[in-house]
Amino acid sequence: MTYLRIENVDKQFDRAGQRSEVLKDVSLDIARGEVISIIGHSGCGKSTLLNLIAGLTEVSSGGIQLEGREVNGPGPERAVVFQNHSLLPWLTVYENVNLAVAKVFGKTKTGSERHDWIMQNLDLVQMSHAKDKRPTEISGGMKQRVGIARALAMQPKILLLDEPFGALDALTRAHLQDAVMDIQKRLGSTMIMITHDVDEAVLLSDRIVMMTNGPSARIGEVLPVPLERPRNRIELAGDRTYLKCREAVLKFLYERHRFVEAA
Amino acid sequence: MSANVQRLAPATMPDAKAAAEVFALPTPATRPGSWSKTLASIAANVVPPLVVVALILVIWQILCATPGASLPAPSQVWAEAGELIVSPFFDYGQGDIGLGLRVLISLQRVAIGFGIAALVGVTVGAVIGQSIWAMRGLDPIFQILRTVPPLAWLPLSLAAFMDSAPSAIFVIFITSVWPVIINTAVGVRNIPQDYRNVARILQLNQVEFFFKIMIPAAAPYIFTGLRIGVGLSWLAIVAAEMLTGGVGIGFFIWDAWNSSRLSDIIVALVYIGVVGFILDRLVAAVGAFVTRGTTAN
Repeated sequence: MTYLRIENVDKQFDRAGQRSEVLKDVSLDIARGEVISIIGHSGCGKSTLLNLIAGLTEVSSGGIQLEGREVNGPGPERAVVFQNHSLLPWLTVYENVNLAVAKVFGKTKTGSERHDWIMQNLDLVQMSHAKDKRPTEISGGMKQRVGIARALAMQPKILLLDEPFGALDALTRAHLQDAVMDIQKRLGSTMIMITHDVDEAVLLSDRIVMMTNGPSARIGEVLPVPLERPRNRIELAGDRTYLKCREAVLKFLYERHRFVEAA
Repeated sequence: MSANVQRLAPATMPDAKAAAEVFALPTPATRPGSWSKTLASIAANVVPPLVVVALILVIWQILCATPGASLPAPSQVWAEAGELIVSPFFDYGQGDIGLGLRVLISLQRVAIGFGIAALVGVTVGAVIGQSIWAMRGLDPIFQILRTVPPLAWLPLSLAAFMDSAPSAIFVIFITSVWPVIINTAVGVRNIPQDYRNVARILQLNQVEFFFKIMIPAAAPYIFTGLRIGVGLSWLAIVAAEMLTGGVGIGFFIWDAWNSSRLSDIIVALVYIGVVGFILDRLVAAVGAFVTRGTTAN
C-alpha cells in the first residue's frame, strides 16, 4: 500500500537567468513504516528531493502525495531532522522540544499532557537528563538526539532525516544509528534518510534509493535490503546478504556512476 | 547496543548528582584563596587608572597654577565648584539644583527619546531585514540620514513641534534610531536559513516568528545597535539642551559659560562623561544577559 507517492517529479532552479535542472522524472512509492535511504554523490540533488518532500521547496512539475493528499508547503506531519541539528541556541533542550509541542499540540493537549509528551520524547532519545541545558553545553551527538526528539515530538506521519549523522564522529554515529533503529522499531515510523555512507544505508534501510549524478539526476536503482530486524552491526559484519547489498551500492556509486568532477 | 545505553543512562545519573555534591563540599576551603584572588584582580584593574588620574591632575595643576592661566587648575575647581561635586542632589529652588538632579532630568528625556527609538528601530529594522527590496531601497537613505549631526535636526524639529521639550526628545529619537534600524535589519538578514526552515515546518505565524525566532536570533545585532544608539542619544541631549534651555545638564553648561563659571563646566563635563559611560555599560550588560547562549554554535 502506498503511503507517500512521488510521481514524475522534476525540479529546476532559475538563477540569474540560467536554468539548471536538478532532478528529472523522479518517481517513488513508499509504504507506511518503511525506512528508505537516499544515497548518491554530493550535488546529485538528494537534499533537494528531501526538501521537496518536506515542502520547503516547490516541485517544478509532477506531484508528491502523502496519504493521498498533495504536499504543498511545509508542515509538522513531515518533520525534518537537519544535518546540523538546527536547535535554537537561546532555548534549553526542553524549550526547544516545547517550541514544537506547544505549536503542534497547543490546542489538543493540556499543559501537563504536553509536559509528559516532551519528557517522553526526551526519554526516547535518552536526553531527559540534560533537559535544562542549552545546545552550546552539550555534545554534537546529544544535539542531534534532541533534534530527533523535537522531530518525533511533532508526531510526524513521516520523518525526514537530512544526513543526520554526517557531522558526527564514527563512534557517536554508530550509537545514534542504533538509537534510531530502536526508535523506529518501537514507533513503527516511516523514515526517509539522506546519507552518503554506504554502511549506514544498508544497516538502517528497507530499501536504498541510489541517485545518478547531477545535473538532471534520476533514481538510478532501488535496492531492497532483505535483512531481518532487529539488526546488529556486529553480527551483520560478515553476513552474506549484508555484504552483497553493500557491494551492490558500492558498485553503483563507484563503477557505474563515478563522481566525475574533482571534489 | 542501544539497550546498553538505556541501562547505563539512569545508572549514571545518580553518579552525576553524587559528583556534584562532592564538588560542593571543598568550596568553603578554597574560598579564602579565591577571595584574595578576586581582590588582587580588582586591584590590578583599579590601581592603574587611579594612578593615571592622579598624574593628570598633577600635570594639570602645574600647567594651570600660573597666574594668568586661561583655565582653572584643579585646586581652583575644587574651591569654586566643590559643592557641585560633594552634594549632587541639593535643591535650593528656582532651578538652582545639584548636578545629580540635572542629570536625572536629562536622563528622563533620553529615556523617552531612546525608548521610542528602540521600539521603532527594532520594528522597522525587522521589517526591512525581511525584504531584500526594502533593504536595497532604504539602506542608502538611512546611511545618509545617520550622518546628519544631531543639532542639524533641531531647527526643523522646533519648527514642527513649536515647543522645546518635545523637540529635544525628537532630536534624541532621530539621532539614535538609525543604528538600531540598520543593525536590526542586518541581524534579521543573517538569521540562519535553518532557523527559518524550523519555523516553516512548525508553521509559525508572523507574530510567533517575530517573537520566538527573529528577535532572539537577531538579539546580538540589536544590542550592538542599541549600544551605539544610547551613546548617540547622550551626545544629542547635551547639545539639544544647550539650545532649548530647561534644567538639564546641557543647559547648565551653557548657563555656566554665559556667567563665566568655568569650574562648574569642568565638573559638569566629568558628570556627563561618567553618566555616558554608565549608560553604555548598562546597555552592554543587559545585552550580555539577554543574549547569553545566543552566539556560538
